[in-house]
Amino acid sequence: MNRLAYNKLVDRFFKLAALAATIVGLVFLFTLVWDIAHDGAGRISWSFLTSFPSRRPERAGILSALVGTIWIMGLTAVFAFPIGVGAGVYLEEYTKKKNLITRLIEINIANLAGVPSIIYGLLGLGIFVRALSLERSLLTGALTLTLLILPIIIISTREALKAVPFSIREASYALGATRWQTTYRQVLPVALPGILTGTILALSRAIGETAPLITIGALTYIAFLPESVFDPFTVLPIQIFNWVSRPQKGFAVNAAAAIIVLLVLTLILNSIAIYLRHRFQRRIRW
Amino acid sequence: MDRTRTRTPKAVWVILAFVVATIAGVGTEYAHAARRLVKIDGSSTVFPITEAVAEEFQIEKRGRVMVTVGISGTGGGFKKFCRGEVDIVDASRPVKSVEAALCRKNGIEYIELPVAYDGIAVMVNPQNNWVDHLTVKELKKMWEPAAQGRITKWSQIRRGWPEREIHLFGPGVDSGTFDYFTKAIVGKSGASRGDFTASEDDNVLVQGIATDPDALGFFGLAYYEHNRDKLKLVPIDDGNDSNGKGPILPSAETVNKGTYQPLSRPVFIYVSKEAASRPEVDEFVSFYLENAGTLSAEVGYIPLPEDIYKRALRKFKKRKTGSVFGGKGAKMGVTIHDLVRH
Repeated sequence: MNRLAYNKLVDRFFKLAALAATIVGLVFLFTLVWDIAHDGAGRISWSFLTSFPSRRPERAGILSALVGTIWIMGLTAVFAFPIGVGAGVYLEEYTKKKNLITRLIEINIANLAGVPSIIYGLLGLGIFVRALSLERSLLTGALTLTLLILPIIIISTREALKAVPFSIREASYALGATRWQTTYRQVLPVALPGILTGTILALSRAIGETAPLITIGALTYIAFLPESVFDPFTVLPIQIFNWVSRPQKGFAVNAAAAIIVLLVLTLILNSIAIYLRHRFQRRIRW
Repeated sequence: MDRTRTRTPKAVWVILAFVVATIAGVGTEYAHAARRLVKIDGSSTVFPITEAVAEEFQIEKRGRVMVTVGISGTGGGFKKFCRGEVDIVDASRPVKSVEAALCRKNGIEYIELPVAYDGIAVMVNPQNNWVDHLTVKELKKMWEPAAQGRITKWSQIRRGWPEREIHLFGPGVDSGTFDYFTKAIVGKSGASRGDFTASEDDNVLVQGIATDPDALGFFGLAYYEHNRDKLKLVPIDDGNDSNGKGPILPSAETVNKGTYQPLSRPVFIYVSKEAASRPEVDEFVSFYLENAGTLSAEVGYIPLPEDIYKRALRKFKKRKTGSVFGGKGAKMGVTIHDLVRH
């Protein structure tokens, strides 16, 4: 076999291996989706979305969990976006001189992104629930999830900022702009699609988190809607977790239906990310 | 050195300041603002009953009172209860001395109220044709700590049983069910072999026993009721003929009459005396004791006799605090009448 034929063979083999790797993921995803849809699709109805949980599976709904999830996501976005982007901008745009402290901060942020979520739950329990006595409220839940996704937002913000050509900044400075003007008017708009994508992907990770919220003591049975951020709450993953562990078959069906709703919510979040990316990308013309 | 270095985006500081102010300033104020709220946490075994009561109570109150129910296990529930973080704790076993001490330290007095019976069912796979009943002694032989790695075959339990491996399934060691089972069978709460399949999720245990012909396991009767077709219930002989002769199957009747021994037990709620002075908590607990009979049966538990609920209600109204178990946790031989003495 000559060299060329060998290389082509390797090439074809690599292509097949990559294809197989892709298929493995897809097969599992489709099996899961099909199984869930098969079990739960028939259960989804308007009354399922607008009823409170109940001891009778056929009467139970996800209203409080759905509203809780939307509240938590909204609050988490409000807290995490400015702090995460702010930290990312500072580290990327304002600390050009690498010294020991900035390195230390960078390493720590990278490490924090890998810390198991339950640890954040314990942190939230210690700080927000007990030390600040915010109790088991929406605010506590959102702040805990904010801590959880901050490292991801900071890292993706920095990556997005890094991708902006340095010549843009130099051109801006050359015209007499300050650092703030350069960052705000030139760099951030270009980096925004990347930052938003990172933020929304981080949020769609947070939407499925159960462990930290159970740790801070989010509740299992709630049959009312929160009126302020200081009210107790429950979220979809916790409702699903509770239903799955019940003896009645009807609750397993409810859990499957609630999983579909959660998947749809995640899908909506991800579609927003894609939409925003396209929208902002088109505007930039250098 | 950059000349522009010191310029930090103002907006970032404004937002940061806003967030900090929200957390620190307003937080503590509003967190304690009185919304008519009854907070409950604790055992997953008692949860379905409390959930049912909370559901009916809130329907009757038309949203004027809100009830939250969490699941942190009996132990976790007492931890929160004794810190004053919840008003009521769901308990599938009586309060332990360490918990009682913690409550005392924090000045939390409690009223102990039985709300239903829970039978612990012992089950095997339906294909298992050799087990017709089990004695407490045989169960002890299987589950005691000394059995670890030693008792591995059915033939070691009773002569004539097959030379097949025995696979044991049970609830997690943090559950009240596990505490009670070990106390009743082995004699010491929490004393058990470690080499069995443990799960906090009873449906996992149902699956395990239903698919393994060599399996034996135990969990709350309510889970058996909903999986009758997949499991075979084992009658238990406690060797004491005064409370029913021979092996006895758990059922509403045998649990209620006290013949299904030693694996049936009352489950409780503990109400904070201080919280009970709030009208919503007082109303909720009264509603609980008035409706626990019907509602516990509906969710698969065995109701206490009607007059026990009446006496429990009187005990609650008199705010009789403390535990008849003397803070010893799971304990045998306490009758249901002792529980409601006031």
